Amino acid sequence: MTSDCVICAEDLMKVYQMGQVEVNALAGVSINIERGEVVAIMGPSGSGKSTLMNILGCLDLPSSGKYILDGEAVETLNDDQLANIRNRKVGFIFQSFNLLSRTTALGNVELPLRYAGKISNRKERARAALDSVGLGDRISHRPTELSGGQQQRVAIARALVNNPAIIMADEPTGNLDSKVGKEILELLLGLNRDKGTTLIIVTHDPTIAAQTQRIIHLRDGLIEEKQ
Amino acid sequence: MNFGQSIIEALETMNGNKLRSGLTILGIVIGVGAVIAMLAVGQGAQDTITGAISGIGTNLVFVTSGNDILNVRNPKPLTLGDAQAIADPYSAPDVLAVAPIIQGRNDVTAGGQTMSVSVTGTTPEYFILQNYALIEGEFLTQDNLQGNASAAVIGPGVADKLFGRRNGVVGETIRISGQPFRIVGLLESKGGGTFGSQDNQVIIPFTTAQTRLIHRSVLNEVDQLYVQAANAKAVPAATDEIKQILRQRHRTPVGVDDFTVFSQADFLSIATTVTGVFTIFLGGIAGISLLVGGIGIMNIMLVSVTERTREIGLRKALGARKRDILVQFLIESSMLSLIGGIIGILLGWFLGFIVGRIAAATGNPFNPAISVDAILLATLFSAAVGLFFGIYPANRAASLEPVEALRYE
Repeated sequence: MTSDCVICAEDLMKVYQMGQVEVNALAGVSINIERGEVVAIMGPSGSGKSTLMNILGCLDLPSSGKYILDGEAVETLNDDQLANIRNRKVGFIFQSFNLLSRTTALGNVELPLRYAGKISNRKERARAALDSVGLGDRISHRPTELSGGQQQRVAIARALVNNPAIIMADEPTGNLDSKVGKEILELLLGLNRDKGTTLIIVTHDPTIAAQTQRIIHLRDGLIEEKQ
Repeated sequence: MNFGQSIIEALETMNGNKLRSGLTILGIVIGVGAVIAMLAVGQGAQDTITGAISGIGTNLVFVTSGNDILNVRNPKPLTLGDAQAIADPYSAPDVLAVAPIIQGRNDVTAGGQTMSVSVTGTTPEYFILQNYALIEGEFLTQDNLQGNASAAVIGPGVADKLFGRRNGVVGETIRISGQPFRIVGLLESKGGGTFGSQDNQVIIPFTTAQTRLIHRSVLNEVDQLYVQAANAKAVPAATDEIKQILRQRHRTPVGVDDFTVFSQADFLSIATTVTGVFTIFLGGIAGISLLVGGIGIMNIMLVSVTERTREIGLRKALGARKRDILVQFLIESSMLSLIGGIIGILLGWFLGFIVGRIAAATGNPFNPAISVDAILLATLFSAAVGLFFGIYPANRAASLEPVEALRYE
């Protein structure tokens, strides 16, 4: 384990109780991701991709195993501390954008800052984040008035507004056509180049995975790593 | 999370579902409006009744024949002799004055106008006891009493009806049940009383009434004695003295008085109790509608939580703590009930005003009183309703697992 690893996970297990049956969604996954890396997580459905991402993103806790995210031992934290970690260290990008439909682009990007406590220059920071994804002229538009690509850009601005250590993207181009999808991927990779943000992309698409530095293949809750 | 921002967000959410929010608010509006209006009507009734009773004076004691509580056989009627005995300063030192009353209802005629009024036969002390003031003329005198004079003091209502004016009526003649009486005095208006308006009455000497108008079976029988105690504090002592004297004179055994002594304080406490119960009863019924409104809020908030499960999941993914979600939903439900409460106060005030108007139009003027207490109570209660019925849905929202909530379709 190098000191520079932003995600250090050891032997992560996740067991779901489905009625009478126990399902091993993760059967002991160890994973180290260094600061500034771009990693793709691939695998067929049911392989535990989403479970792994939820745990790495602190949305869920592992049943057993150790997980240190940017120096914090996650498995010892309570709900509020987890919320705080998600707020400060993780930026989420979803396949279906998940924007608040009644709120403007600016309001959506501001949201993580509002949960971060007292921040005086919220509006300026949100505007800067929107500028950096090329939507500086769309700040007062509502999601319904934006195209799919623009909505995903708003979501990206929202993910990076708190300067997180990692950005987690779950099928970020899944709902977009290939041209727009390429632009979004470019934007994400550009963030990695310019700011050194660690990027974890969960995807089905081999062409997207091919542009990352490392691909982690999951199968039946276990890693088959290929360089 | 910023509180002001949360309120704006709650308002935006409510604005996004105008009809739904409007109907939910309406439930609270009706509830709060009903509570305010009912409390106002109750308070108004209480004010009117206690005001009328207070108008009779704090040091008055009333004596009537018979016993309201115990069954007494053949109660002796009160007589002038009883009145004189009570007026004796040696046997009743706390009694200042006594006025015997004999009352009937007679037709009074003047200038072709006829009205049926209460005719009271009494002594000059009565005017002092009742605190009457005159517009013109004078009260009945001891001479009127001793001379069986055909003199009458009339109330302003009678003057209005018979003469259409309130000046220069002294010296005019009226006919009470056909017998002519000369008006010697005109009373100032006193407004409504416990037993009807005191403005529509005619007062004549006791002796005249007894012999010519209001006949009773026993010699010198009186209907009631009005007794004035030396002061408000002397009322209990005066009451005791009156009881002693009357027990002796009526020769009743201990504990079975054939008369009843009643003070204004007794009236007041009974009236306050009755109207208080009345107000609580009205307010309670209105409170039920507020409760129903609260259940409406809970219902809508539960729907809202289910609808916005994904949003809640997203907020949690972005770093919202349990408390943030809880506060967000509580603010939303409180805003619903608070807005409803404010509109409801206006509605209640309006309803109270309408009731007052209807009462005035039907000739029973009374003012529904909207007290600050009632407004505070209704506002606090409606906010509490919003909070209380918001807690369960908000808690449900706050305890959603982020992973589950995000996956929700």
